[in-house]
Amino acid sequence: MLKILTKDFAETQRIAQLLARLLQPNDVILLKGDLGVGKTTFTKGLARGLGINHRIKSPTFDIVNEYHQGRMPLYHLDVYRLEETGGSDLGLEEYFNGRGVSVIEWPQFILDDLPATFLLIKILRPTTVIDDSRREIDLLAVGNHYRQQQTKFINLLKKEFPTLTYSLVTDPN
Amino acid sequence: MKKEKRDLILAFESSCDETSVAVIENGKRILANVVATQINSQKRFGGVVPEVASRHHIEQITICLADAMQRAQITYDDLSAVAVTYGPGLVGALLVGVTAAKAVAFAHHLPLIPVNHMAGHIYAARFAGEIKFPALALLVSGGHTELVYLPKVNCYQIIGETRDDAAGEAYDKVGRVMGIPYPAGKQIDELAHQGKDTFNFPRAMLNEENFDFSFSGLKSAFINTVHHAEQLHQELDQADLAASFQQSVIEVLIGKTAKALKKYFVKQLILAGGVAANTGLRTAFTQTMQQFPQVDFLQAPLNLCGDNAAMIGAAGYVAWKGGQRADLNLNAVPSLEFDWIK
Repeated sequence: MLKILTKDFAETQRIAQLLARLLQPNDVILLKGDLGVGKTTFTKGLARGLGINHRIKSPTFDIVNEYHQGRMPLYHLDVYRLEETGGSDLGLEEYFNGRGVSVIEWPQFILDDLPATFLLIKILRPTTVIDDSRREIDLLAVGNHYRQQQTKFINLLKKEFPTLTYSLVTDPN
Repeated sequence: MKKEKRDLILAFESSCDETSVAVIENGKRILANVVATQINSQKRFGGVVPEVASRHHIEQITICLADAMQRAQITYDDLSAVAVTYGPGLVGALLVGVTAAKAVAFAHHLPLIPVNHMAGHIYAARFAGEIKFPALALLVSGGHTELVYLPKVNCYQIIGETRDDAAGEAYDKVGRVMGIPYPAGKQIDELAHQGKDTFNFPRAMLNEENFDFSFSGLKSAFINTVHHAEQLHQELDQADLAASFQQSVIEVLIGKTAKALKKYFVKQLILAGGVAANTGLRTAFTQTMQQFPQVDFLQAPLNLCGDNAAMIGAAGYVAWKGGQRADLNLNAVPSLEFDWIK
């Protein structure tokens, strides 16, 4: 697992923007974190990195927002509203097998409907200080494809953000 | 006695949680407005909802259709056109309404009228009074917060919108933190009336030159305040929390709308969308509008603020009169939006 510490929302977005360079069609990113921690902020960075100049708004209500303006489509999913129903009737696999990148907020609500491999990104508040915009970003790659991506991402980070604080932790299990 | 000519529109709405079919006479009278929703039939907490699943819409739509036709006491031969929401919304949900509308239009040789869901919300106000152009509409719902300029009929131009969360979404998420069940808007509204604005939450973007909104920062400020108090084992006054949150939302919505009214000289301001049912917002708007005596203030009727097909029928009627037609290739457009003003 890769642990990154960012100093503010702008840096969180730049990290996401950098990650976007490595993304390929069919990639699935699970984005976990508490309400208001910055999941949509992170997605905005990814979108910018994909060359999407459209405004990225919260998909909570509509569940999926699609953006087709970048080098590949971005499917921004937020399954917050599916906590009690799951996602089995929604045909979400069409997004995961689509031509773009799927970013899924609150993936824990649709565990049965997720693909077997993915990049899991957790965003955490490292302190309890109010209004502190520092974040810990944990990346956990599941499956070969995503592990390779993570290795490439670490190399990119070294090159583009030499002063950034990050560490590699042995993956649980 | 000469009978007034009746133009009857059959309207379908299935963009999100509600399945709805309506019959509207001359664009302004509801003969039937059947809404099937699962909001009350499912127990849920904080989260929200729904059977957005298309399966639910499929189960409901023919029942709603038969019910609407029966309540309106009409036959398909009496209809002038079929209107349907084709976006924005969830693709699987939208397709159910679009397919049903196409089937009726095809079988009965009726024109098919594509309607933008947001135009529908604005036209919910048509049931409260006539729409006078140019008009400005503030649309606030669970999924949208936008200011729309209507220079003339069938012309909708966005002048500002939320950059992150919709106002209604902020209500529901804050409600979850307070332990208020979904939908939280009504209960926060009621609590707010018993409390005072003591927390001074941020008023986002109020002093910026544009007409955009942002409610994500308010949501975070609220959550931070509550979490911080929890860590210190402090009890916060729930009513004051609700009042402080609501006051921030209202001030921003009113501040931006008033600014828009000073730039765009309109004859009418329309308040619509699910959050337009909020009494605090309605009261504050009614007061603010006294500063604009030349602008008529039209509010969507309370029972038509949420999603329903009647509003689609009203918007569909003017679109039909304006010659707008779709053929049977009509598809759902999940990310449909109005154009920005040039």
